[in-house]
Amino acid sequence: MELNILTVCYLIASVTFILGLKMLSNPASARTGNLVAAAGMTIAIAGTIFLYEEDGQRLHNYAWIFSGIAIGGIVGTFAAKKVKMTAMPEMVSMFNGMGGACAALISLIEFGHIHDMSAEPTGKLFIIFAGLIIGSVSFAGSMVAWGKLNGSVKDHSFNGQHIVNLLLFFASVAVAAWITIALPANAHMMVYAVLALALLYGVFFVLPIGGADMPVVISLLNSFTGVAAAFGGFLYDNKVMLTGGILVGAAGTLLTILMCKAMNRSLANVLIGSFGGGATATAGGAKAQGSVREISLSDASVLMSYAHRVYIVPGYGLAVAQAQHVCHELEKLLESKGVEVKYAIHPVAGRMPGHMNVLLAEADVPYEKLMEMEQANDEFPNTDVVLILGANDVVNPAAKTDPSSPIYGMPILDVELAKNVIVNKRSMKPGYAGIENELFFSKKTSMLFGDAKKVLQDLVSEIKNL
Amino acid sequence: MESFFNWITVNQQIIYIVILMIFVGIEVIGHVPSVLHTPLMSGANAIHGVVIIGAIIVMGKAEGDNYLALGLGFLAVVLGTLNVVGGFVVTDRMLEMFRKKKKQ
Repeated sequence: MELNILTVCYLIASVTFILGLKMLSNPASARTGNLVAAAGMTIAIAGTIFLYEEDGQRLHNYAWIFSGIAIGGIVGTFAAKKVKMTAMPEMVSMFNGMGGACAALISLIEFGHIHDMSAEPTGKLFIIFAGLIIGSVSFAGSMVAWGKLNGSVKDHSFNGQHIVNLLLFFASVAVAAWITIALPANAHMMVYAVLALALLYGVFFVLPIGGADMPVVISLLNSFTGVAAAFGGFLYDNKVMLTGGILVGAAGTLLTILMCKAMNRSLANVLIGSFGGGATATAGGAKAQGSVREISLSDASVLMSYAHRVYIVPGYGLAVAQAQHVCHELEKLLESKGVEVKYAIHPVAGRMPGHMNVLLAEADVPYEKLMEMEQANDEFPNTDVVLILGANDVVNPAAKTDPSSPIYGMPILDVELAKNVIVNKRSMKPGYAGIENELFFSKKTSMLFGDAKKVLQDLVSEIKNL
Repeated sequence: MESFFNWITVNQQIIYIVILMIFVGIEVIGHVPSVLHTPLMSGANAIHGVVIIGAIIVMGKAEGDNYLALGLGFLAVVLGTLNVVGGFVVTDRMLEMFRKKKKQ
């Protein structure tokens, strides 16, 4: 009877996962979708704790289980509530890594439970190793991605890294295959070699990929973790783990491809293209010369207050400075003076697709003011001032003109079509892709150096005093 | 070869689930607007936290004197819960901001 109830629990949970994902892909129902999936997850977890039986045996170690869930739950809630909007992408990467590590640990423990390997079916060993390798790669990769996004890990590549990566991967698979086939006596030690090789591969897989491409990598690792969870489902013949895992594996893979499309690049280009990055960056740096023109705060405020139409292009700089609220204030102030103010949102502005929308929505900027790239590009020729706030690569004309540029082919915001461009940056340092931006040297462009929040506050007070 | 076909027959249920779920996963998010890419990724991230169920099972089966299994299992439960709880809360926080705008 109880096992039948558990089956129903799992069935409900599987349906909520599918429904949840479906609702998450529509702006109107997204939040409810998330809650639906969370409710299903709660049912599945509670059912497992209280109803699961194996060979007529209930689970034990309840004290361990509950304290583990309590610790994870409290820390997870706290971390997720406290994290700043700017650090969301890192947080997702971190949580994803936790899931990968969890899958790897399950495999590790299940392997430890095997006493007589020759008595086990080959399929079971295969499943355990698949979960171990994929989970470890996902964990190590996510941690590197996390480090890159918060700036503690730098891009790093060396000649022949492709080959080293491939060797690491094949070595870990080979050791696993050897254990499965040859059943060596010291298998319980060898399994740690598989673990170490897979972790190392995860690190080297992500290390050379540019920070700007981290969202794509996180999405890919996200689907890896899904597959690792599905292997856990195989192992326990657990349908909810299987459906949940495969669902995320498939949806995550598609999402990764959609993200690449938004940047007009292929997945292979994102994963491998990074290697040429170092060389072209220096080439681009040598080429971009000339002088930049600075503009004073009062000139900038006069220019904007007497403009007809102003476009604001937000980027990561805005997010870092937490300047979304004062940005909205500036927008309202200009509107009160009869200036039409809109935002041009590049699909990959910030560190993640949709990053800017979330941020500006937080500051109560109305939806209708957020223009997508195509609309904005149509309106730039009739725009007097474009104010760029800490965006760089998404307005870099090199994406159109320079085939050797790492971002070549990415659609950009054609801000050069506007009459004036004011760029707010903290310094002349290149953006995340590490390349110079010719736009800054253009005759139409003037620079307004400083922290986005500070500059916007000063602009607001200047305009008020006009 | 025979063992391969045998394996397929024994596991046909699971294989059906895998194939159908791949299609469902792709179909279900096929038309997502780019604005929702990040929250969707985050929500999917929380869903693969189902791996916690495996962690609970492995923890609940561990013998009282197998400290390695107990320790690793405990760690797995903690990490799995982090993935689930943190994942759903972060997603909710992201989407909260979208909803607030919708009402106005």
